[in-house]
Amino acid sequence: MTGSQWWMIWPDNAALSAVLWFIIAMPFLYAARKPVHELLRSLSNAIGGPLRLGARWLLAAAREMKERNKAVLLAHGREETGQRIEREFERVAALVTRDLQGYPALQRKLLDETTRIEEDYKKCGEVPPPPPEWVTAVEAMAKVKSGGSSEMVQNVLEEIDRSIKKIYDRVITEYREAYESRHKILNGFMPFWRSLQRTLAQADTHITSLNERATHIDAQMDKYQEIVEQTRKAEHVLTVSAATQFAVALLVLCIAAGGALINYKLIALPMSEMVGAGDWLTASLRTSDVAALVIIFVEATMGLFLMETLRITHLFPVIHNLSDVMRRRMMLLAFGLLVTLAGVEAALALMRDMLIADKAALLQSLSSAPQQLPENGMLSRIPTAGQMLLGFILPFALAFVAIPLESFVNSARTVGGAALVLLARGAAFALRLAGNLVRSLARVLITLYDVVIVLPLLVERLISRKKQEEIPDQDLAVRRH
Amino acid sequence: MDRRDFILALPALAASFTTASCADQKAHSQAVYLLVDTSGTYAEEIGKAQIIVNYLLGSLNSGDSLAVARVKTRSFSEKDIIAKATFDGRPSQANAQKRAFREQFDAFARSSRGSAYTDITGGLIQGSMFLNETGAGKKTILIFSDMQEELDKQTQRDFPIDLKNIRVVAVNVVKLRTDNIDPRLYLGRLEGWQKRVKAAGAAEWLVINDIEHLDRLLKG
Repeated sequence: MTGSQWWMIWPDNAALSAVLWFIIAMPFLYAARKPVHELLRSLSNAIGGPLRLGARWLLAAAREMKERNKAVLLAHGREETGQRIEREFERVAALVTRDLQGYPALQRKLLDETTRIEEDYKKCGEVPPPPPEWVTAVEAMAKVKSGGSSEMVQNVLEEIDRSIKKIYDRVITEYREAYESRHKILNGFMPFWRSLQRTLAQADTHITSLNERATHIDAQMDKYQEIVEQTRKAEHVLTVSAATQFAVALLVLCIAAGGALINYKLIALPMSEMVGAGDWLTASLRTSDVAALVIIFVEATMGLFLMETLRITHLFPVIHNLSDVMRRRMMLLAFGLLVTLAGVEAALALMRDMLIADKAALLQSLSSAPQQLPENGMLSRIPTAGQMLLGFILPFALAFVAIPLESFVNSARTVGGAALVLLARGAAFALRLAGNLVRSLARVLITLYDVVIVLPLLVERLISRKKQEEIPDQDLAVRRH
Repeated sequence: MDRRDFILALPALAASFTTASCADQKAHSQAVYLLVDTSGTYAEEIGKAQIIVNYLLGSLNSGDSLAVARVKTRSFSEKDIIAKATFDGRPSQANAQKRAFREQFDAFARSSRGSAYTDITGGLIQGSMFLNETGAGKKTILIFSDMQEELDKQTQRDFPIDLKNIRVVAVNVVKLRTDNIDPRLYLGRLEGWQKRVKAAGAAEWLVINDIEHLDRLLKG
């Protein structure tokens, strides 16, 4: 019998041996049925219980984290909206100070112009022509009876007619002259009207601008109100806003990292001229590379301080709490250092170009290939100038990284918190699923065990049924006796 | 730790940091010792040696060391070193050193004369001493020779040598007239050198005959 056949009751017949073993084992398996069932149930409880407990704990932790995230988000939103409202009020105050402080003067000007127009208007009121004095004379003459002295009367009348015509002409002329002067006065109204119109339009613009600001403030106040009331809408809006900010800030930071990499490439080689190319800080870190990185980080830090002192970013409350004089000094210091570093970088960029040219010349002299003619001076200077310019500009460009960095830091709390909640919920689901699987598996194993010992179980059922049938017969016999 | 302890600990910290830095610096640098055979007819190959020197000058970086020595009747002497340099940390200075080195070697190439015997073993011993003194992390001896050692009667070289952690590369091992008659002589010569070098504890033994493929010189 070989080593693998030791268990075979029937030599060289594995199937028959297995059946025999099964038949032998069946009474023992039947006898061990209850303990095995208990064991499987205990095992399922022992494994599934902690899993379900873990799932419940994770869900509770996720709920707590969500609440905390919500509180932080709303607090941050409240602060931000508060700042915006404050800024709007500052703008309104500036508008009022700038535009409406001249309002009394404007009003006086309007009153003056109105008074002048009124006076002029009065001046140009129509003056009725004076009643002709000759009307009475005409009436008297009309009463004179015509007789022998008709010739004389006729002469008088003719004389009167002449006089009247003369007087009439004079009166008409005067009347026309008066009208002409009134027209002139009316014509003189035009510039005043225009000025009045302009003044009123200006006042209207100011009022409209104020109205717009007021609408803006109303919208911000509504938002603020919703945040204070902790509505779902406010939470949703703030979360979406934070996610957008996070994505945009991340994108800008990636671009800035690209810029920093180019900057690093520009100054890493010339830094070896300053600190030595053969120095290594660790197994893989060259001192010159670290020095170049340090310069870039210092530039970014100076940029950050500059933005802080300019009150564009709000990462360091200490800087904001400084007095204005101190803050301005710090701003000048940061700007001065930034300019100095930019100058250093421009010089390093020039040195890089010179080193590369020197190395190229050396390699050219060492190679067996024929010597190349030097390039046109103007053409070779363009990349050098470009490198120097880039070296000077990049530190200032890096300074603006502070703005997306602040957005990133602020929004990372919200986005990270939401991701953590999601992760906790996912883990809770996985644990719960595993716990349920263990319990179901235990049930399946119990049933499977019963299937294996189905024959003894059938026998047990038959015996118990027979016993149940016998018990009523005995009872009946006892009653008969 | 109080303030005084902290101040006292600072120099120790700086010293340990500097030591670690120096150790790293040595580990990253490499040193190359080129033996140039000037005996007999092989002296005509000096033009190829110039190409190899130029290649080395173009490939070695700041902090690396290079020495070129000639192989003649007795080569275990500092006087046989034609030019040596440890290149400065500043790239501009290193380039200037390389130019000076090349001029030195060019001057030697113009005025070199053939020697009667060939003491490769003496050159190897001198080379290993030079390389160990540099403390470089990677050490290489290049032997520009036909690997046919010929010693005069007084010179004693039949003893074990120490080439521990040193790569030994035989370059431009030309075939002699006798090798052409019986190639086993050439193969046997190279095998003999390989055994000897390996027995001396060398990190690697390599033969490069095609000087168009010098990139393998410093690899490994």
